[in-house]
Amino acid sequence: MKVFTYERARTPAEAATAVMRVNGARFIAGGTNLLDLMKLEIETPPHLVDVNGLGLDRIEATPDGGLRVGALVRNTDLAADARVRKDYGVLSRALLAGASQQLRNKATTAGNLLQRTRCPYFYDTNMPCNKRSPGSGCSAIGGYTRGHAIVGTSDACIATHPSDMAVAMRVLDAAIETVKPDGSTRVIPIADFHRLPGNTPHIEHTLAPGELITAVTLPKPVGGKQFYRKVRDRASYAFALISVAAIVQPDGRGSVAVGGVAHKPWRLPAADEQMARGGKAVVDQLLAGAKTTEENAFKIPLVQRTLDAVLAEARKG
Amino acid sequence: MDELDINQTRRDLLIAGALSATAAAVPSVAAAQAAGTTRNETPTAPVTSKVALTVNGKQRELNVDTRTTLLDALRENLHLTGTKKGCDQGQCGACTVIVDGRRINSCLTLAVMHNGAEVTTIEGLGTPDKLHPMQAAFVKHDGYQCGYCTPGQICSAVSVLDEIRKGIPSHVTGDLTTAPLLTEAEIRERMSGNICRCGAYSNIVDAIVEVSGRKA
Repeated sequence: MKVFTYERARTPAEAATAVMRVNGARFIAGGTNLLDLMKLEIETPPHLVDVNGLGLDRIEATPDGGLRVGALVRNTDLAADARVRKDYGVLSRALLAGASQQLRNKATTAGNLLQRTRCPYFYDTNMPCNKRSPGSGCSAIGGYTRGHAIVGTSDACIATHPSDMAVAMRVLDAAIETVKPDGSTRVIPIADFHRLPGNTPHIEHTLAPGELITAVTLPKPVGGKQFYRKVRDRASYAFALISVAAIVQPDGRGSVAVGGVAHKPWRLPAADEQMARGGKAVVDQLLAGAKTTEENAFKIPLVQRTLDAVLAEARKG
Repeated sequence: MDELDINQTRRDLLIAGALSATAAAVPSVAAAQAAGTTRNETPTAPVTSKVALTVNGKQRELNVDTRTTLLDALRENLHLTGTKKGCDQGQCGACTVIVDGRRINSCLTLAVMHNGAEVTTIEGLGTPDKLHPMQAAFVKHDGYQCGYCTPGQICSAVSVLDEIRKGIPSHVTGDLTTAPLLTEAEIRERMSGNICRCGAYSNIVDAIVEVSGRKA
């Protein structure tokens, strides 16, 4: 691990200012992803600003009947919150499908959104990777691609976003609240938060330098039956091959977001409109134009079958 | 060079590396805070910081390299070698300890991030003369073979029962709106962050079921 200096921030504004003082400085909260990458020297921040003392660890009701989840709420606490379990079941399910209990006890809401891809070529510092060293090339393209993205990809990167939580937040239309180093705040809809790789796969989200996530808000509960179905190589503690987050209303309409297929949680309004017509109609829209390889072409029928299974369960009494 | 010589050389190198790092540790954490403008340079010499934490009920004060994980602080600075380093990347669970009442991977967190924390390691759960009930159950049910993952397994196992008692749901909890049940399926899912290369899993589950008080 490279040498770094360390400080603890006391307020969100102080943290945002502190991180701007040193070029390449990073916030650290749970640290479960950042420290792993620092050990491999994929991340080499010269300075860490510890944001664990900012008090952003509460889940509060919002005036419009939704929930405001502090950036530092641990994955365990968000999944176990009675309001989340009752009204946002897809989010509890997604969180509980991710990582291990030890990691969920540390990992935070904001950190989960910001976690980096688990593309094996990103992790292998002996291989070119446009995300790790911009311009060096993509080893995944033409490499072993079983776990890689099939939609929204570019010639520069075919990595997926690894989060389960973010897929549920996408189907719930969550929004991300931030503070910038100048003290100004803004709200970013989750649809606009993660970026597609394009020519700059190293830029993964729309946060400005020094901008700190303070909370994630969930709109008023939409009811319906909520599902998070994750398909992976073992029954627990593995990243998704694909995952389906769905909310199905009694009349069959609803919304669906998919994980494991793109650089961000994948959802399209045109696909949501097909929900009452079944999995194939949805997937024909959702994964239209998918660029697959022999190794990951299975993801299209797997998404469809998983969604069909979810829709069948929703129809049960 | 025979195998013994290789081991000797590696060990000498590690000790020498540790000494030079300590000797070079000069700049303080405050240095970064003092600067009012953007700093460009990366620190070249190791940076140390003080951290005070309670480990197994004892107040401990350390001056550690900022890069020191909680795991390394426990093992190398406090000589509590019960906690094991397996993968050092949060995948195996051998480093599991209980911090402020919750189990975490001590390899994926920095010691300096735990000022004021209360840490319980396997040494704090029980002693050879007075085993924690979970330790006794692991012995009784043969919940290990080589034993390397066992301290982490036991710290996790103690936490699993605590988490179920507190009503924290898991991936296999059927109904999210009710309290989770104490079943083998729940125990297995909750223990998935602890890998046992010897494959003692079924005996580990038996040990945990026994301590839970539930009839197997």
